[in-house]
This record gives sequence, structure tokens and C-alpha cells, in this order.
Amino acid sequence: MNEIGADRLGSAADDVYAMLIEAHAGLTPEESHRLNVRLVLLLANAIGDRERIRAVIAAARRHPRDPSQRTT
Amino acid sequence: MPRYAYRRFPYTTPPELRGAAGRRWPVVVVGAGPVGLTAAVDLALQGIEVLVLDDNDVVSVGSRAICWAKRTLEILDRLGVGERMLAKGITWKVGRVFHRDRELYSFDLLPEAGHKMPAFVNLQQYYVEEYLVDRCRELGDRIELRWKSRVAGVSQTGERVRLAVATPDGPYTVDADYVLACDGVRSSVRQLMGLDFAGQVFEERFLIADVVMAAEFPSERWFWFEPTFHPGQSALLHKQPDDIYRIDLQLGWDTDPEVEKRPERVTPRIRAMVGERPFELDWVSVYTFQCRRMERFVHGRVIFAGDSAHVVSPFGARGGNGGIQDIDNLCWKLAAVLRREAPEALLASYDEERIRAADENILNSARATSFMTPKGPVERLFRDAVLELAEEHAFARRLVNSGRLSRPHHLGGLTLQTPAEDPTVPMAPGAPCEDAPIATPDGRRWLLELLRGGFRLLHRPGDTPPRPVDGVPMLVLGRDFEDLEGLVARRYALAPGATVLIRPDQHVGARWPEFDPGAIRVALARATAGVPS
Repeated sequence: MNEIGADRLGSAADDVYAMLIEAHAGLTPEESHRLNVRLVLLLANAIGDRERIRAVIAAARRHPRDPSQRTT
Repeated sequence: MPRYAYRRFPYTTPPELRGAAGRRWPVVVVGAGPVGLTAAVDLALQGIEVLVLDDNDVVSVGSRAICWAKRTLEILDRLGVGERMLAKGITWKVGRVFHRDRELYSFDLLPEAGHKMPAFVNLQQYYVEEYLVDRCRELGDRIELRWKSRVAGVSQTGERVRLAVATPDGPYTVDADYVLACDGVRSSVRQLMGLDFAGQVFEERFLIADVVMAAEFPSERWFWFEPTFHPGQSALLHKQPDDIYRIDLQLGWDTDPEVEKRPERVTPRIRAMVGERPFELDWVSVYTFQCRRMERFVHGRVIFAGDSAHVVSPFGARGGNGGIQDIDNLCWKLAAVLRREAPEALLASYDEERIRAADENILNSARATSFMTPKGPVERLFRDAVLELAEEHAFARRLVNSGRLSRPHHLGGLTLQTPAEDPTVPMAPGAPCEDAPIATPDGRRWLLELLRGGFRLLHRPGDTPPRPVDGVPMLVLGRDFEDLEGLVARRYALAPGATVLIRPDQHVGARWPEFDPGAIRVALARATAGVPS
């Protein structure tokens, strides 16, 4: 079981994705990059749990197309 | 397998040009596509005489709309062509989404049994139009179809609409109480009335091809992001009857549609996808995406439905299905107004209900289009990250958007519906009716076959014995029909005493935990924009 990747957005998934894309509207790539960093920090604080954040970072670092990282 | 044999429908000189007096029609429908023909059949079945005008004399050239959703099939079954579509079409309910050469996930659109109609039937638009024309002819003198009849002028007073019609024999005019403009995305009625059609154009082109080949692909919808056979783009495969496959290939904005349509360009693209199987091209087109809608659909006595009123990008099958569902919503109201059983104000609810439905369709199809064709580098990074994460994480599979497929619109919270005491009740007011297997003295049937012909009251016996209210037929569970698998009681949350008011378009109008004639009377008046009797 992959607890970190379990679906918690449910029927709001498309709304949330659209909100993220909309947040970047009109920004330069540099501004978008900075926005993403602020988002990561704010979302980390919203999670508020060091071990969960550690697991999220680990999941994000596992690139599924990098053969050295693939577990299956 | 022989190709589809396009039939020409005969043009005949209209009476107005043969020296006979023209007549005034209750309804003139402009456009004999699936939406206009559905309107003609629906109105004729309610006793309304209809004239249909079409500028052409042949069914749709090319497959065009092919995916007919469950709700649409239920409507067309009510109108008498659903079973024919089911028999000829390809039934499917499973979709698969691939990224590169790996399957990311699959989905089942109708996981539960106990419905007469499947999640989807794929059938070329020309068959649907042919079946509807046959059905119009069965209805005899209530429907007159006039081909090669182009609307060249529209004017209206508070009393009637006058259309100027151009034919091979010259022009004439015809008067109607109401005109339904079902004349498609380039609606001449809309243009003649000078009405806006605002929205968004997506800078993307897709190649669409009907390919004839013997192949063993299952009856499923397959969608690829960045497949190796078409690098960096998207692709869609749908099976149709007659060994025809619909293939959609994303081309990008910097392509020339005229060049891309040439067989020498198309054939290698298809070859890369289907391998060494022999195939033939039946029809090829290149399209761009648009999402637009009119500000209002009702303009005095001229009412717009289908692509003339709103247009969406095709991923999600929300164009043709949305148009048929417009008609289902409109025709019982229009018939009630024409029979003077309801005030004209009832037609305003068509605007309210179907504009919200159109906005839902536009939102979903615009999001799917944005996901397939990210607009800038950041949007593309997000999209690609979702696809990467989707291999491992359930939440990301949910974000992958290859089209959110057409669903009926929930009419909850709108004017005609009476709010329920408990707003969390299943099948709340506004919900589209669910089907279920039942038995009547005639044998095994389906619930939706009983919920036809006007308002109905669905009731499960409780403490208060039911009696007819304002002539609305009652369908009492256990008395008028047997709930064969208990699915009526379950899907409609029918505890003993529960009473559900069903609209003629098979949506819940109101519901109560008990049988309450006074409340039913008030809800009925509300559902027809009237005052309680």
C-alpha cells in the first residue's frame, strides 16, 4: 500500500489541479519557480508532520523513469 | 464490409411554391442533425406538429459524433430509436489510459448491473440520423421534413416567428409559434439574428480519421499520452461498427490542416499506430478545439439547442450528448406551453437548467483540453509530473485527464425543483433518474420505461394510502410493479411511505418521506412554473 499517494482529493481533484495551474497564470518561468517554492513551504506547514513530509519528499524523489530508482 | 451507403432524401417543392396556402406551424425546427431530429420526434410524440428545415439532403458525412452516453440512449429509447442504436452500435464501458507504452490505469463507467442501457454505445452519427429520419416517417403527418431548405431570414413579433426559406424552386416564408434553432456550430439562425457566440479557442489541432480494418482491439476507449507511435502528442482509439476505428491524433498548432488531411500524410501516421494490418481510410478531417456558448438560449420565440447554443471540445463526448439532453429538457416544457398547460415562463427554466449544464460541459472539456495541450512551460511541467506520479500514486491517476465523459446534469437547487427536507438524501431533487429492472403484468421491464409520458409519482406504501393527485399517475412499488432485485428501493432510497415526483424528462422534481397530497400539489405547480391549483 502506498499511503502517501492514496487519493485524498476525491471529486475535487480536477478543481485542485485547475487552481494550481491558475495560480501560475501570467507569471514568468522565474516567478513560477518562486511561487512553487512558496507553495512547497506553505504545503509543508499545512501538513505539519515531519515524518509525513519526509515520506512525501522520498516519494517525489523516486522518479519512475529513472531505472536506478525503480523498485518493480 | 461494405461502406455506409449515403442516402439522398428527396426534395419536393413545398406547398407554398405550388400555389397552395402555407400553414402556420406550432414548431419549426431548423437543422436535421441528431439534435433537431430528436426534437421533432419528441414533440410529435407529444402531439405537436413539427416542420423540419435542413439546408442539405443527406445525413452527416463522416462519423462525427460517435459516443452516445447512457442518458442519451435512455432519451432516444423513450423516443423509439434506442434499441436500434444498441443493436447496431458498439457497447463499451471500460476506458484505458496509457503513458508512452505503459498502461497507467483503466476505468469502468458502469460498474453496477441493472440498467437497460450501457455506459456508452459507439455509433456513427450518420446511422443515428438515419434512424431518427426513419422514426420521423413512422410518425407520419405530424412531422414534415423539408430538405434543401435554407433559412435566409428570421423575424419575430410577440405572437409568431417568420422564417424566410430559400429552396431550389425559390424563396417562401413560413410562420411558427416557436422556432428551434438546431442548426449547429455555424448556426445561420444565430447569425441572422446577430447574436454573439463568445468563448475560447484552443491553439491545437487534431487529425481525426475513420479507418476501416479487421482488428482485434477490444470494445474499449484507449487514450495515449506521448505514445511511441506518435511521439510527444496524444492519441485516441475508438471502435465503431462495420470494422471502422476512430483514431484521433494530436498534431500541434504549427501544422497546415490542408496538408495534414492528404492521404500520403495520414497513412504513415496510422501505419505507425496499427502496424502491418491492412487498412483503408474512410474519412479524414482536421479540427481545432473551441468552447463557446450563447449568453442565453431562449430569444423570444426562437430557442437554441445543441451546438448552435454551445460548443465544447470533443474529448468527453459532451457535444452530441449535451445537445440531445437539451432537447429532453426543452420539449416537455414547450409542449406544455403550446397546450396552454403551463405559462410561457416555464421556458425560462430551459435557460436556467441548460445554461448550467452547458457550463459544466464546457468546464470539463476545457480542463481536459488544457491537460492534453498544456499552454506554457509551467503547465507542461505540472502535466508531465502528474503523468510521472500516476504510475505509482492513486491520487495522481485521478488527476490524469483524457476527457471526463458525459454525465447527465444534476438540476438540484434550480427553480423548478422543490428542496428536500433532508438535502443529503440519495436521488435528491434535481437528480437524473436511475434505471432498475422491474416486472409489470406485461412481463420483465425497466423502470425508466414506466417513467414516460409526463409527470409521475413513484411511491412505496407506508402508513398513508396513496391517492391520485391532479391526475398524475402513481407508480406504487409492489402494486403497479415488482422491484425484481430491490434496486428501485435502494437506488431511490424508498423507505416505506417515500414519495418521489418525477419530471417528464426523468429527473427528480421533489421527494418526501411520506405521502402528502398538499405538498405534491405545490411541488407540481412549482415544477411547471405555475401556481398551485
